[in-house]
Amino acid sequence: MTGQSGTRQVALFVTCLVDIMRPRIGFAAIRALEAAGCDVIVPQGQTCCGQPALNSGDRDHAVALAKQTIEALEPYEAIIVPSGSCAGTIRCHYPELFEHDASWLPRAQAVAAKTFEVMAYLDEVCGWKPDGVTLPATATYHDSCSGLRELGIKAQPRRLLDAIDGLSLTPLPGAETCCGFGGTFCVKYPAISNAIVGEKAAAIDATGADLLLAGDLGCLMNMAGKLHRDGSKVRAFHAIELIAGMGDGPAIGEES
Amino acid sequence: MSSFTTRADAALADPILKIAVERTAGTAQAKRAIAIDAFPDFEAARTRAAAIKDHVIAHLGPYLEQFEASAIAAGAQVHWAQTADEACRIVIAICKAANAKTVARSKSMLGEEIGLPHALEEAGIGRVETDLAEHIIQLADERPSHIIWPAMHKTSEQVSALFKAKHRTPHQEETIAAMAQSARRELRGAMLGADVGISGANFLIADSGAVCTVTNEGNAELSLVPPRVHIVTAGIEKIVPSMPHAIHMLRMLARSATGAALTQYTTFYTGPKRPGDRDGPEEMHIVLVDNGRTKMREEGLAEMLRCIRCGACMNHCVVFRQIGGHAYGGTYPGPMGAVLTPTLDGLAATRDLAHACTLNGMCQQVCPVKIPLPTLLKGWREKSWREGLEPVSMRAGLGLWAWVATRPALYRLGTAIAIRAIRLLGRKGWIASLPLAGGWTQYRDLPKPAAQTFMNQYKQEQRK
Repeated sequence: MTGQSGTRQVALFVTCLVDIMRPRIGFAAIRALEAAGCDVIVPQGQTCCGQPALNSGDRDHAVALAKQTIEALEPYEAIIVPSGSCAGTIRCHYPELFEHDASWLPRAQAVAAKTFEVMAYLDEVCGWKPDGVTLPATATYHDSCSGLRELGIKAQPRRLLDAIDGLSLTPLPGAETCCGFGGTFCVKYPAISNAIVGEKAAAIDATGADLLLAGDLGCLMNMAGKLHRDGSKVRAFHAIELIAGMGDGPAIGEES
Repeated sequence: MSSFTTRADAALADPILKIAVERTAGTAQAKRAIAIDAFPDFEAARTRAAAIKDHVIAHLGPYLEQFEASAIAAGAQVHWAQTADEACRIVIAICKAANAKTVARSKSMLGEEIGLPHALEEAGIGRVETDLAEHIIQLADERPSHIIWPAMHKTSEQVSALFKAKHRTPHQEETIAAMAQSARRELRGAMLGADVGISGANFLIADSGAVCTVTNEGNAELSLVPPRVHIVTAGIEKIVPSMPHAIHMLRMLARSATGAALTQYTTFYTGPKRPGDRDGPEEMHIVLVDNGRTKMREEGLAEMLRCIRCGACMNHCVVFRQIGGHAYGGTYPGPMGAVLTPTLDGLAATRDLAHACTLNGMCQQVCPVKIPLPTLLKGWREKSWREGLEPVSMRAGLGLWAWVATRPALYRLGTAIAIRAIRLLGRKGWIASLPLAGGWTQYRDLPKPAAQTFMNQYKQEQRK
């Protein structure tokens, strides 16, 4: 995993949502990875991993986007993703997608094997912790479903957040219960999604925490959007923003 | 029939339903968690349970033939039904041959699946539902809303009012015990006086020909032993090789369903009354029902045949918890229902079910036989897409997006223009109403996208 200079060379897969909605998550990932001793490259051929097509049953488009993503990412030693569900798509679902394609399957498997969610990579592979980061606040953490159940992300973000001076974590009751986002689910069945996220927002608000943290922007936008509509004061960040020392900037929905 | 969305909206608008579902599913979830924690190695037990089911599903023919031979040797008569209609015709013919006026029925989802309650009524045969919740459903003239608690959509307050309106000598005191006594007064005589008892089967034991039923009320035993004839209707996937396998599956079933170590009543029926037996039916008939199961095995849904009908998937499903069981519109609700219903009722009429799921994976995590429910639901989504059943707006939207996303340079330009346009609609960082995204902004605000995409900002920084 190390380059000639002894540093790890990694590629950042930004994800379409971070690219469009909240670029600072991508920059936070770069900052934390560099602090952990990585050389970060952003491959230009990337757009979206194809998850929306895959989860909608549109296999042909999912395959096309997966091939494009594999081609863009396969030259690199490791691929880092600031999203559990996009990392899960590449790690768990790309090999399934090419199950019956002898020429693409090995390429999909090779990319899958070296793709990591950013906080899991920092914690498990780099053995890194934030050093000298201070943020006096209380935060509560929601475990996004794909990261939790497909990639086993649970302890890693908490270990990284524990190293931030002044930050205390308040447990969120039902932290492992889905927030009702579900990708296109939330716009296909808005009323059901609303009922689910309404309960989630109430649970978050009831913790009394200043901040809501999670590892997936889709879920964060869903929860933050509901909290804001309901008049809650809780501010939402991707956990990597705090870990990279960028927790003093604008939260989701705040003007920079 | 109404659409899924209409039914779901009606359910969401019913505050009593929410209370009722939350009471039962919430309790079940908490009790299951305690039971699983106390189990030495539940993960290994799940793996074994899945392996047992996979083995019998892969060798269904030989095991069913073994079961048939064992059951006949024990004195039972075995019937085979390809379809729901055929199964009902067989049951009605047995009832008519026995000159049955009334049947006592012990709760069976397979019976619901094949439409047996309706078929009995059409044949003019009196039907008494003896499971307490099924009794409530019969009094209310409704359909079950959960596979373990058919009346979970009703609160005890609603049940009390129903009993007072329908029972001959209803309860006076407003206690659950008094209500149960009222149901007992109503049902006991009917059970003892029935000509035929009809049950499902939780397990069919191949090497002994035994049929296993589980209840917490003892109504199966009271419905099946006194009548002259006992009829079992069972799905062919209910087979297990032998008693130790059945015991393993029972341990998984009870804990996953209610958090109990075992059901209150667990009975194995092997043939009818034998010479010297003091009680038992004179005839025992077992109707083995396919109704789409071999087709499921052939068409990529073999893993669904592992299902032991515990209900854990629905108890833990965020969607089920909001809309209850009736909104699903089929015999089986929740995640397992969303996988089964398109097989039973056709995909065209039920395509919503596979989509009305956030793919959060909780159902798979709690399933005692490790059914990959999200994967199977995605399989239906793919089939629906392939068969052109998805709405035109969805196909066109995803198609356009994918066309752009597979052209990175165009994508960069398109996203840069799109965020500029969307940003115009924002106020102080938030967008309260966005055309074409009403599903989102109807209920929540949308954060304003950044002024520039990550890719543009990154390129500029690299140039510095």
